Amino acid sequence: MTIFWICVIIGVVVFGIMGYSMIRHRKSRGAIPATFHENTRIEILWTIIPLVILFVMAVPATATLKDMYDASESALDIKVTGHQWRWQYEYLGENVAFTSSLATPREQINNTSEKGEHYLLEVDNPLVLPINRKVRFLTTSADVIHSWWVPDFGVKKDAIPGFINEAWTRIDTPGTYRGQCAELCGKDHGFMPVVVQALPEAEFDEWLVARKAEAEASLSDAGRDWGLEELMEKGEKTYATICAACHQPNGQGMPPAFPSLVGSAIVTGDMQAHIDIVINGKAGTPMAAFADVLSPVELAAVITYERNAWGNDTGELVQPAVIKEQLSQ
Amino acid sequence: MSSGSYYVPAHSAWPILGVLAVGSMMVGTGIWMVHGSAAWLSGIGLLAVMLVMAGWFRDVIHESMSGLYDDQMDRSFRWGMGWFIFSELMFFAAFFGALFYVRTFALPWLDGEGAKGVTALLWPDFTASWPLMNPPDASISGPKEVLSPWQLPLANTLLLVSSSITLTVAHEGLKMGYRRTARNWLAGTVGLGVCFLTLQGIEYYEAWHHLGLTLQAGVYGGTFFLLTGFHGLHVTIGTLILAVMLVRVIRGHFSTEHHFAFEAAAWYWHFVDAVWIGLFLFVYVF
Amino acid sequence: MASDKSHKAVLQASEGGTSGGEYSSASQHAGHGAAPRGMMRWLLTTNHKDIGTLYLIFSLTMLFIGGIMALVIRTELFQPGLQMVQPEFFNQMTTMHGLIMVFGAIMPAFTGLANWMIPLQIGAPDMALPRLNNFSFWLLPVAFLLLLSTLLMEGGGPNFGWTFYAPLSTTYAPPSTSFFIFSLHIAGISSILGAINIIATILNLRAPGMRMMDMPLFVWTWLITAFLLIAVMPVLAGAITMMLFDINFGTSYFNAAGGGDPVLFQHLFWFFGHPEVYIMILPAFGIVSAIVPTFSRKRLFGYASMVYATGSIAIMSFLVWAHHMFAVGLPLVAELFFMYTTMLIAVPTGVKVFNWIATMFRGSISFEPPMLFAIAFIVQFTIGGFSGLMLAIAPADFQYHDTYFVVAHFHYVLVPGALFAILAGVYYWLPKWTGFYPHEGLSKWHFWLSVVGVNLTFFPMHFSGLAGMPRRIPDYALQFADFNMLSSLGAFLFGFSQLLFLVVIIKCARGGVRAPACAWEGAVDLEWSVPSPAPLHTFEVPPQTRDGQIVRP
Ligand code: HEA
Ligand code: HEA
Ligand code: HEC
Ligand code: CUA
Ligand SMILES: [Cu+2]
Repeated sequence: MTIFWICVIIGVVVFGIMGYSMIRHRKSRGAIPATFHENTRIEILWTIIPLVILFVMAVPATATLKDMYDASESALDIKVTGHQWRWQYEYLGENVAFTSSLATPREQINNTSEKGEHYLLEVDNPLVLPINRKVRFLTTSADVIHSWWVPDFGVKKDAIPGFINEAWTRIDTPGTYRGQCAELCGKDHGFMPVVVQALPEAEFDEWLVARKAEAEASLSDAGRDWGLEELMEKGEKTYATICAACHQPNGQGMPPAFPSLVGSAIVTGDMQAHIDIVINGKAGTPMAAFADVLSPVELAAVITYERNAWGNDTGELVQPAVIKEQLSQ
Repeated sequence: MSSGSYYVPAHSAWPILGVLAVGSMMVGTGIWMVHGSAAWLSGIGLLAVMLVMAGWFRDVIHESMSGLYDDQMDRSFRWGMGWFIFSELMFFAAFFGALFYVRTFALPWLDGEGAKGVTALLWPDFTASWPLMNPPDASISGPKEVLSPWQLPLANTLLLVSSSITLTVAHEGLKMGYRRTARNWLAGTVGLGVCFLTLQGIEYYEAWHHLGLTLQAGVYGGTFFLLTGFHGLHVTIGTLILAVMLVRVIRGHFSTEHHFAFEAAAWYWHFVDAVWIGLFLFVYVF
Repeated sequence: MASDKSHKAVLQASEGGTSGGEYSSASQHAGHGAAPRGMMRWLLTTNHKDIGTLYLIFSLTMLFIGGIMALVIRTELFQPGLQMVQPEFFNQMTTMHGLIMVFGAIMPAFTGLANWMIPLQIGAPDMALPRLNNFSFWLLPVAFLLLLSTLLMEGGGPNFGWTFYAPLSTTYAPPSTSFFIFSLHIAGISSILGAINIIATILNLRAPGMRMMDMPLFVWTWLITAFLLIAVMPVLAGAITMMLFDINFGTSYFNAAGGGDPVLFQHLFWFFGHPEVYIMILPAFGIVSAIVPTFSRKRLFGYASMVYATGSIAIMSFLVWAHHMFAVGLPLVAELFFMYTTMLIAVPTGVKVFNWIATMFRGSISFEPPMLFAIAFIVQFTIGGFSGLMLAIAPADFQYHDTYFVVAHFHYVLVPGALFAILAGVYYWLPKWTGFYPHEGLSKWHFWLSVVGVNLTFFPMHFSGLAGMPRRIPDYALQFADFNMLSSLGAFLFGFSQLLFLVVIIKCARGGVRAPACAWEGAVDLEWSVPSPAPLHTFEVPPQTRDGQIVRP
């Protein structure tokens, strides 16, 4: 912001002189033009002075930048992966990972219901971080370039497919911090917010333990036999947060970019092909691989849901155990 | 600055016909690439481009031969051709830049070296090498083998370098009024160009069918064909231009003083030659 | 005026008194018939004034098309929530707006002015390569028809921003992308050939006695701009060719899986892209440097330093490209290097601003429409320059990058910057083109409405950007609502004011107050020595000049 004020001052001086000439030296006041058109001394002066000002600006900027680039000695490493259009967070070495998608209901976006306070800046699973610890972010992407941005942390780093970028922060006060994806990443670029929940250190540690236990529980959950009802219920939720962005809430998609799933040969036909495309995606199309994004239960649920929703009514279901089996191959 | 008189041509249909030709060539190629049809439109466009150029240049030749051009006009053509070659140079610079970037930055990063070495987390099994035989992701297979610079490429280098020499001899001949010499050496140059293209054709066939070195073979294959392919295209164009010059030499279009068309062709050819040296060094040898 | 289709301009030879014989035109091109009329005149023309007019009309059309797209954007952003368009169409509008304004409106406008004015300002009979000139122009409508037609194709038009970063523009792009690439190829060829022509003209066709350092600054700035164009358009062509291959032939230049890098695309793009933004501002500097002395009735202050400043800006523009990429994770040294070089560009640019003000200082200033636009240019461009400088500070740019602060920055340098300079130039030279002054009252209305509109549109964007609003989004959080509403209102005000401009031009072409050869008191350059309106053929006999002025024999 100091730069801003420096600019304001220069502006005032420069435009001041300009305004003065415009008022004093106007033809309508009978001004007679002078004839000077060169003055080496003043020209050198107004080359040197800006140089000095710039130098003064550059020194602190360099120091800050160096500091921002030093991501070493972090206490916690988070791998942040951009997906069209959600974020996935992995707590490296902790075996905890989850995705974080926009939670604002469609109705608010389409103006059919009142917009909430955090319209477009709310997610289902916020990233949870401890305060007072140096947290390193390793940003990357599974598809196109995204950019992970939380203004309050001063962190904006592009998430580039196939490469990893580093950034870091140390949070001082607990609370909720909000940001957004800051690189055009396709249709729903405007709808992939970042929400960070900063907890006091002890609370964070508790949270992490609980989260780990949860992950293990869901793993064993995947082993049991599920009924159609439960799968449908869970699947509907997963579908709405993840798949509906492209295939639309009613499954109709938006051909030709995004195919309709209603009556689709894959969805109503060969189960294996269906599982395949959801787990592995289809290279060269926006249809991403969801193997790493969703848990076996969620995968089974969403596949089951697609096969039975919107009049597809195949009556077929797939067990999480089957998916888990296939994932481990 | 001016001396003499400056010729300003009349209205002409060639430019607008040229625009239509270029337009149909581009649109045709687009439809062909995207929908796999309308290759004919692309072909007709290309043909039309060549016809328009022939017609356009015929007008220019007529004007030139009827003495409408003076030294100043000649300089306009020189500036025009010079800057055109500069633009071509920048076109190749983009490709060379890409090559250097990939080799010095991207691959080491993917392998865990340098400022962005954390990237290696994503590619634990990858080792950087050039030529890149094993791209980071297993779904993309690299070349099985690459071409040795000391066989066909070396031969091609010798061919092109000698073609620059034969062309210079032809030019000197023209300047001294030895039309015969000019004709023979120019014919030799065209011949060398054709030989170069033949060898490159053989090399491509080898690479594609026996070495697994294709456009899809990771970034090595990509840069290899990008650079050599666009260079080959320029050799083709250059050879055609020289062939036209040969016809004009035979027809006696050039005088010892006025033969800028020939010189322009020679500039172009030397430029193509120089690019090849860069290519030979950085695509094949190092 | 002679109705000959071909004429040989006979130069009154400056040296040696050998004046070439008078050639009758018919003898050279017997059998071509009379000069074509109607549509054919424009299709076949080789006259720099005709071609200049074509460029200007084309550019104005594109300004309106691109402007309507901007209004679509602003309508959608008037309020939070999705009202008018869906996100995928919104992205196409953003992309097309940027592309059309940059490649269709601003650049052709400058080329049009160059075509019209450079031969007049250097005393040349025409451009050096007139047929090529016609070719360069007519490529543009083809390129932009193709570009616009992608909107109607299956999957829609380009939706990845005017910077089309891979892989959003390759693997994840709509099928129409190949057509988009070809249209850019065509536009690029047009620019390169146009630039070659301009360089050849300036270097070779100056009137006898006119040295380089006698040339008007518009000519100088265009010479340097043309050099930039020839240096960087081919790089863009190379980059999009690589995209084409990635899309259609399975190469992996921009794909890490095959050993490439998406960021490589950005390096190539911005190596073109940054010089490109100076391509859009240097000729504007030239126009302002013509207008300010005229209406201050005082010689331009620091002519030589203006030339050197332009040259250094051009050279430095090759060394700053990665300031658009501060957030992609460049190594620290690169980040620092590009930060310093970018900041340095403020110095020569500052020299220009100071020179203009020193020219006005102790002049005898009057405020005709060209001068109003030129003054507004200086002030508002400087504001845009300051915000550019804030963006140049890398650690600060992490915060501003890809927010509306950037949108505010570049619209300040482009709209009240480049576009205002074009408007100033049009007002300045309209009397030369039509023989009539533009309507004074309407022009002033146009000016004031534009100034108010443009600032109402783009000033609030600084604040929405600082408050954290990302760019290229069709919908936004509630705290940005007020700023956006203001911007949208301003956009409509500014947009509709441009209809006034249209009215002024049409009126001026039809009639009005007659202008003498030298339409503005205080104007000194060569174009003011030929009659208004300038006849179709001028300087068939090149004038003898000294110190940039005609010496009458
Ligand atoms: C005409 C076009 C134009 C011009 C002239 C400029 C001029 C400048 N631009 Fe701008 N810029 C754009 C068009 C332009 N820009 C566009 C289109 C983009 C966005 C592209 C996209 O992403 O879509 C962009 C983006 C852009 C960025 C990237 C932002 C981001 O994406 O994060 C940066 C960062 O450094 C930047 C910096 C500058 C600087 C330092 C100048 C300097 O040249 C300005 C120099 C001028 C002054 C400083 C004012 C006058 C000087 C004085 C009065 C002297 C005294 C002053 C001091 C010493 C402070 N510009
Ligand atoms: C080069 C010049 C240029 C010009 C002149 C403009 C002019 C305008 N621009 Fe833009 N703009 C860019 C270059 C330019 N722009 C670029 C490069 C981008 C980045 C794109 C990207 O992100 O990829 C951009 C992006 C951009 C955005 C951000 C979009 C986003 O991030 O999602 C916005 C938002 O408000 C905007 C608005 C405007 C407005 C309101 C105008 C106004 O000045 C327009 C004025 C309007 C008119 C001149 C129209 C007049 C017509 C009428 C009044 C209609 C009459 C009706 C009939 C005849 C039927 N522009
Ligand atoms: C980023 C957009 C996007 C998202 C999100 C997405 N898909 Fe897809 N999906 C696609 C596209 C594009 C295709 C078409 C691929 C092709 O070209 O065959 C597709 C194809 C499919 C198909 C095959 C349909 C057919 O008939 O060919 C299924 C099944 C499917 N997706 C399921 C899902 C499920 C389940 C999810 C969520 C977990 C999901 N998709 C999320 C874009 C998406
Ligand atoms: Cu993800 Cu924008
Ligand atoms: Cu820039």
